[in-house]
Amino acid sequence: MFEYYLTLFIEAVFVENIALAYFLGMCTFLAISKRVNAAIGLGITVIFLLTLTVPINNLIYTYFLNENALTWIGITGTDLRFVGLITYIGIIAAVVQILEMFLDKYVPFLYNALGIYLPLITVNCAILGASLFMVERELLFVESVVYGFGAGTGWALAIIALAGIRERLKYADIPSGLEGLGITFLTVGLMCFGFMAFGGISL
Amino acid sequence: MSKAKQILLNPIFNDNPIALQVLGVCSALAVTTNLYVTLIMCLALTLVVGFSNLFVSIVRNHIPSNIRIIVQITIIASLVVIVDELLQAYDYESSKTMTVFVALIVTNCIVMGRAEAFAMQNTPFLSFLDGIGNGLGYSVILILVAAVRELLGAGTLLNYEILPLIQNNGWYTGNNFFLLPPSSFIIIALLIWGLRAWKKDQAEEAQFKVAENSLELEESKM
Repeated sequence: MFEYYLTLFIEAVFVENIALAYFLGMCTFLAISKRVNAAIGLGITVIFLLTLTVPINNLIYTYFLNENALTWIGITGTDLRFVGLITYIGIIAAVVQILEMFLDKYVPFLYNALGIYLPLITVNCAILGASLFMVERELLFVESVVYGFGAGTGWALAIIALAGIRERLKYADIPSGLEGLGITFLTVGLMCFGFMAFGGISL
Repeated sequence: MSKAKQILLNPIFNDNPIALQVLGVCSALAVTTNLYVTLIMCLALTLVVGFSNLFVSIVRNHIPSNIRIIVQITIIASLVVIVDELLQAYDYESSKTMTVFVALIVTNCIVMGRAEAFAMQNTPFLSFLDGIGNGLGYSVILILVAAVRELLGAGTLLNYEILPLIQNNGWYTGNNFFLLPPSSFIIIALLIWGLRAWKKDQAEEAQFKVAENSLELEESKM
C-alpha cells in the first residue's frame, strides 16, 4: 500500500511534473523566477495550497457533484458535474482567503515570508489544473492528498531550478532582442526536454 | 488612427499579450500540436475575453472593490462553462484532445488581466474591442506556433498533406522534435526575438553590461 502511494508521489513530482510536462502555472513561473528566495517562497505556498485544495475539491466532487452523489441524503439521479468548474474556483478563492487570515493571526513568520504571493495565486492555473486532473483521473480521497502534495512539490522544484539558472544567466552576454523573456523561454524549453527523460521511467 | 481601431489592433504586435505582457502562456504551449485544435482554442479564448470584458464593464460601477475579484471570476467561469458545454455538444473529438485546457481558460491570465486592467475603467464598447484585440494578439502567436509545429512535425496543415511523408511514399521525414511539447517554448522564444528585433523599443535592458575589452582600449589610446 505504502509503495503504491510512493509511486503516485514520484510520478506527480517527476514524470507528470505540473509545470514542465503540462505547462500549468506558466505565467507566475516565468514572472517570479528572477530570484531564488522569491521562488522558494512561492514554491512553498503552492505546495501548501495544492495539499489543501485538491482533497477538499475531491470531497466536494464525491459527495455533491458526481453522478448520483447526493444519494447519502436521499436524493437520487442528480448530476451536477457541469457546475464543477465554478465550484472548484470558488473553493480555491475561499481557501486562499481563509489561509491568509489564519496565517496572519497564528503563523506570522510564514505570512510575512509569503507576502503578496498568496492572493496572487488564486488565478494560478496550476492550482485549478491539479483539481481538474484529480477529477479526470477519478482519484480516491487519500490518493488526492498524495497527488496534491506531489504536484505542488514538482512545481516548487521546477521554479526553484529555473530561478537558479536565471540568477546565473543575468551575467551572460545575450543578444538584445533575446534578453529577458526570450532567453527565459529558451531555458524553460531545454528544462522541459530534460524532464522528458523521466517519462521513460516505468514505476 | 481612431481610438477604437487602435484599441482593437494594438495588442496584435505592439502590446502582444504573450510576447510582451507575459499573460496566458500556459495554454499557448499545450494545445499547439495541431492547427485545427489551435484555431478552436483561439476562437474560444477570443470570445471569452471579449464577452467577459463587456459584462465586467457593464457592471463595473455596481461592484464594491473588495469583492470584485470574485465577481469577475464568476462572470468568467460562467462564460467558460457555456463554451465548454457548446464544444462538447458540437465537436466532441477536439474537446477530448484539449482535456482540461478549455476549462483552464478561467484562470488564463489574459482574461483576468484585461478585466482588471481595462474593463474596470472603460465603457462597455471599448472594453469589448480591447478583449477581442487581445484575443487576436494571442491567436496570432498560437497560430504561428501551431503552423510551424504541424508542418514540420507531421507534414500537414489543418490535416491536409503539404509535405508528403516517406511513410506515404513521399520525400519528407517528419521531424519528431516539433511534435514534442517543449518545442513550442523554443518557437515562441524565436518569435519573441524576431518581434523585438523588428520593434526595438520592446527589448529589455541587460542587467549587467559586459566590460569593454581592456586590451583594445589600451591599443586605441596609443
